Amino acid sequence: MKSKTIFILGVGAIVFALALYGCPKKQTSNLSIEASAKKVYVPPGKYDEFYGFLSGGFSGQLMVYGIPSGRLFKIIPVFSVWPENGYGFSEETKPLLMTSHGFIPWDDYHHPELSQTNGVPDGRWIFGNSNNTPRVARIDLRTFTTVEIIEIPNSGGNHSSPFITENTEYVVAGTRFSVPIPQKDVPISSYKENFKGVLSFIKVDPNSGRMDLAFQLLVPGFNYDLAHCGKGPSHDWCFFTSYNTEQAYTLLEINASKNDKDFIIAVNWKKAEQCVAEGKAQTFKTEYYHNYYDEKKHQAFSEIKKEVKVLLPKDCPGVAYYLPTPKSPHGVDVDPTGEYIVGGGKLATVILVHSFSKMLKAIENKDFIGEIEGIPIIKYESVIAGEVQNPCLGPLHTEFDGKGFAYTSCFVSSEVVKWTLPNNEKKLEPFKVIDRVPAYYSVGHIMIPGGDSKKPWGKYLIIMNKITKDRALPVGPELPQNAQLVDISGDKMVILSEFPTLGEPHYAQGIPSEILMKNQVKIYPLNENQNPYAIKSEKEAKVVRTGAYRVDVYMTSIRSHFTPDNIEGIQVGDTVYFHVTNLEQDWDIPHGFSVYGAENAELLIMPGETRTLKWIAKKEGVYPFYCTDFCSALHQEMQGYIRVSPRGSNVAIKYSTGQ
Amino acid sequence: MKIRILLLLSAILPLFSFIFPLWFIRLIAPQYPEGVNLLIYINKLGGQIDLVNGLNHYIGMKKIDPNAITELKFMPYIVIFLSFLGILSAIIKNRILILFYFLVFSFFAILGLWDFYKWEYDYGHNLSPDAPIKIEPFQPPLFGIKKLLNFTVYSFPHIGGWLIILAWIILFCINVCYVKFEKAYKVV
Repeated sequence: MKSKTIFILGVGAIVFALALYGCPKKQTSNLSIEASAKKVYVPPGKYDEFYGFLSGGFSGQLMVYGIPSGRLFKIIPVFSVWPENGYGFSEETKPLLMTSHGFIPWDDYHHPELSQTNGVPDGRWIFGNSNNTPRVARIDLRTFTTVEIIEIPNSGGNHSSPFITENTEYVVAGTRFSVPIPQKDVPISSYKENFKGVLSFIKVDPNSGRMDLAFQLLVPGFNYDLAHCGKGPSHDWCFFTSYNTEQAYTLLEINASKNDKDFIIAVNWKKAEQCVAEGKAQTFKTEYYHNYYDEKKHQAFSEIKKEVKVLLPKDCPGVAYYLPTPKSPHGVDVDPTGEYIVGGGKLATVILVHSFSKMLKAIENKDFIGEIEGIPIIKYESVIAGEVQNPCLGPLHTEFDGKGFAYTSCFVSSEVVKWTLPNNEKKLEPFKVIDRVPAYYSVGHIMIPGGDSKKPWGKYLIIMNKITKDRALPVGPELPQNAQLVDISGDKMVILSEFPTLGEPHYAQGIPSEILMKNQVKIYPLNENQNPYAIKSEKEAKVVRTGAYRVDVYMTSIRSHFTPDNIEGIQVGDTVYFHVTNLEQDWDIPHGFSVYGAENAELLIMPGETRTLKWIAKKEGVYPFYCTDFCSALHQEMQGYIRVSPRGSNVAIKYSTGQ
Repeated sequence: MKIRILLLLSAILPLFSFIFPLWFIRLIAPQYPEGVNLLIYINKLGGQIDLVNGLNHYIGMKKIDPNAITELKFMPYIVIFLSFLGILSAIIKNRILILFYFLVFSFFAILGLWDFYKWEYDYGHNLSPDAPIKIEPFQPPLFGIKKLLNFTVYSFPHIGGWLIILAWIILFCINVCYVKFEKAYKVV
């Protein structure tokens, strides 16, 4: 009797689950292994079709992959130091990691975002956000190096960032954690009264790419999670998801999951720009760092800024509106036409699609159900375009293929679903799931090259999973994360391959290879090197005592020797600065420099570049230094010695090569 | 009339060597699939001289220093002189002058090649005894392809050089025409 009840209940539960979520289909691959292999195979000496930029998450760096091969080409150091090339260790690069809290050697890089022109990735720069100590970085894609990092004041964690407007007018930076603004010592329990959020708008110079924090919008103390800006008709707007509208400050997993609907906040940045120009913003005292790298000087510089313009929504009516969105929305993604705004309610049973045109109409009709701190809340029914019913469990992020189909990652049910927008080219009924593939396991973000732009290159989709488990060779308890490459060129999605990723990729970007390849820098012209410590020939090499405890070595490297390679007259307690200029002007001939007992790292110096390593002479003796990057047949001969004498010794400064 | 145009052509073509290189030497190695180029112009050297010098120091070759090659300073005058002679020949159309023009042209062409050969001989034979890699003295190719250690060396005329060769052929033909058909066609 009892077992029968259990049986009936069990069958009932299965039927209910099937009715709710549909039959979880096995991947119906119509490709043989050989056909899949052919699609991802890039023969020796041939190039991948796309560059893929995957963030490293808690590694703080940016990974560069070839798509479709899944080969890792580079790790670009951004928010974390990188001893491999001296990033954050060399004197020239240290200023990039300076903040108002001092030198920060690590951060959590979540979202890469390519610069765009007319809504299409243009391959000039890629931006990145750091979630821990709030910053935005810009990476130059001619050199694949970090060239600028700007700190975001008044922010508690820069998560909804660094999404850009259609022509890279602005990079946005919304705070994940609301904090007292300005920071002050208050009880945590005074959250509702004291805690606020800011949505920052960073202006980007269209020629140089140089960033400038233009203004911040002061918003209620919620958690601002993700963002995307509009395009086409919605060009003037940016959309941020918010959760914790409950304003909980403890046990958020329960306390911030109570409301049935949270919000997407729609910000009219053109309007905000206008209000700021009209003097409606307030000037807040603060302190933040703006660091940039001068490519001609081969040196980074820090500027400390003391003020920021803050705009209150109540002082600028029409600047922002709340769109009710079920339930703790995570991703907010705007389709290529700029009309559909997709909210990924991570606890919702639907994927919610807002309509931009309906939003404008509702604003015009004042179809509001309330207001929070000067921000009107638009009536849910007046703004939605549709709901995708029972898509999956835990919808997070949506990308687009440019053919009217959307792809949403689902964390809980570990799959990617393909569904229809009203403008799909097969004229299928809108807001219906038409295909799904499993994710191994627990997908976070997904990426289609150009998939968040006006012109997606809708051929491949990358699934970035959070859990790897048994998918590849085990390497101890700490595993790499697993990415999957999916062919989306046909009606059905087909998983082609998997490859490991490092750290934890959150978002990614992709762009056709030829757009970047044609702009690549191969060497830095030596005659343009304006580093104050650069020397252009071996004749200029010198060792100078510049202080009682400081010696500067002006050194050159060329295959296969340093000049000078014998240095004497250093005393215990001296700080020695090795300024090494690589005289090579040949592609892919960097030289390394390392010295015995250096407490920082090595230098990796590109042709025509100057790098400086600080070294403290601690003990008497003679210490070798050498080139670390196998540069030539006589690389192993590329070495030298530095002699350290006791303090007060009468050994004079002396230096030479080949004598 | 045709002779006049051809003479003018032979006078003008060499002037293009002020724009285009006369000769190129290209070094190709496994790690230099794209090649390393040296370009020889009428008045300067071009291409990746520093790189070639860097590579050559392994076998103890002298540094190629354009300032040390005095020929580069007066070669432009020779070319201008030849063009002047050509234009003069075209105007006067004197048989003897044309022959003289041809002989002077040929003389300088051979002198130039011989000089180039001498420089190459010097670079290939005066090797430093301290060189890390010891090799037998060698003659770099003047015209053609030669293998040297990991490099394959190509040496051929560039556009400027080919135009001079073309000018010389035209001039040669004009003179042959004179010898063979002077009486029959009365070309002058």
